Amino acid sequence: MLRLLSIALLLAIWWTAALFVGGAKLPSPPAVLNVIVAEATSGALFLHLGATLARVALSFVLAMSLGSAIGYWMGRVKLADRLGDPWLILLLNLPALVVIVLAYIWAGLTEAAAIAAIAINKLPTAVVTLREGTRALDRSLDEMATVFAMPRWRAFRHVVLPQLAPYIAASSRSGLSLVWKIVLVAELLGRPNGVGFEIGVAFQLFDTPRLLAYSLTFAAVVLVIETALVQPFEARATRWRPRAA
Amino acid sequence: MRLEVEITGKAFKNAAGGTQDVLAPIKFSLGDGEVGVLIGPSGCGKSTMLRIILGLDPDFQGTVARPPNARIGMVFQEPRLLPWRSVEQNVRLAAPAVSDAKLSELFRILELEAHRSHYPGELSLGLARRVALARAFAVEPDILVLDEPLASLDDALSGRLRDEIATLVASRPVMTLLVTHSLDDAVRLGDRLFFLSPRPARIVAEVPIGTPRDARGEAEIAAIKAGLARRAQGDRAERDVS
Repeated sequence: MLRLLSIALLLAIWWTAALFVGGAKLPSPPAVLNVIVAEATSGALFLHLGATLARVALSFVLAMSLGSAIGYWMGRVKLADRLGDPWLILLLNLPALVVIVLAYIWAGLTEAAAIAAIAINKLPTAVVTLREGTRALDRSLDEMATVFAMPRWRAFRHVVLPQLAPYIAASSRSGLSLVWKIVLVAELLGRPNGVGFEIGVAFQLFDTPRLLAYSLTFAAVVLVIETALVQPFEARATRWRPRAA
Repeated sequence: MRLEVEITGKAFKNAAGGTQDVLAPIKFSLGDGEVGVLIGPSGCGKSTMLRIILGLDPDFQGTVARPPNARIGMVFQEPRLLPWRSVEQNVRLAAPAVSDAKLSELFRILELEAHRSHYPGELSLGLARRVALARAFAVEPDILVLDEPLASLDDALSGRLRDEIATLVASRPVMTLLVTHSLDDAVRLGDRLFFLSPRPARIVAEVPIGTPRDARGEAEIAAIKAGLARRAQGDRAERDVS
């Protein structure tokens, strides 16, 4: 209820501002809605949205699984941490634009290049978060698992993974927003479809309603993913915590 | 089957770069069905010794011979339960082979039936300790290690839990190692008492208790304690002379 109210407030501010600034620079909410409906009926909206979502999903899964594995490994093995740390710092501080441009130069303007470039941008933050999580693992529970001779997989699933769950959730959250921001840059620079491509077109035509139509629809989709997937996962992973009555 | 412990030394590196001896040479062994009790002052190195015996700390001099493939049941000083798993899951994860009947019996003896589906965060310390006991017994261990399992519980509860431990130990042949501060617990549960010195720990005295556990009434226990007190005084007198 409070969420709806805050969204309504945002819309109200937008509408008022649009009245002052004028339709060309900041179109009113109904104007943007008209564009969304028009794009949806022509099917273009779903095509571009689908293309972008597929890229987000692929690069997100790739970066999260690889990043989590590397982060866990670096948190557990000191040597891996010492060796991997300089690479990690380099990757963390490499601007997204550089990675994307290099990927397109080296691998051509291909789908694989785009997805790899996006994944590489997300990878180091996943590594850092999961490394922190692994360092914070409770050694006394590890010892318990060792003493009771728990097989490795069972110990990982029941002792380690629940401790990492909050870190995985945090990393997924920040990752989702990061990936969707970067995917637009990759699309703008070298893909013939997707929300980023459409925004590029809108920019060339100074078509603000179109720009807002695409970016807001996509933001709405991300909001749905967050509420429908990320939050339930978090709630499930933390259901054992005693709650305030 | 025997547990043979022969530690010749264990040292920690301290922050200043020096080394600190935690354990002096220690040698003892434990047979099937025997309850050995380690008694010593706080911080004397008992927990370090347990970690070595359990194989958690390979960095020591000496040898520890556990029976091959011995199943270990352990009650740590803190309960060390998985907070994200229910009481029953905690026990079953450590002891996947436990039968439903056996589990029900354990929960009945330890009065945990009402808490099967609770999470450890919802339990009091006394209850959590009982879950830790249930977990250790559910694995049907060959070696049972109890690290101050009754510390910080009130007298009535620790008395009841002590009786429960005695019942469970009697129910199957298992070598048990109990670490405690309480002479009372030691005398009531132990077959052989090992008295440890302050750090670096060594065994100052090894005292076997002849009377079988179930034949120890209050009178016998008082007599054993009096005997131990005389011994301690004798030791002190001897030291004063020298």
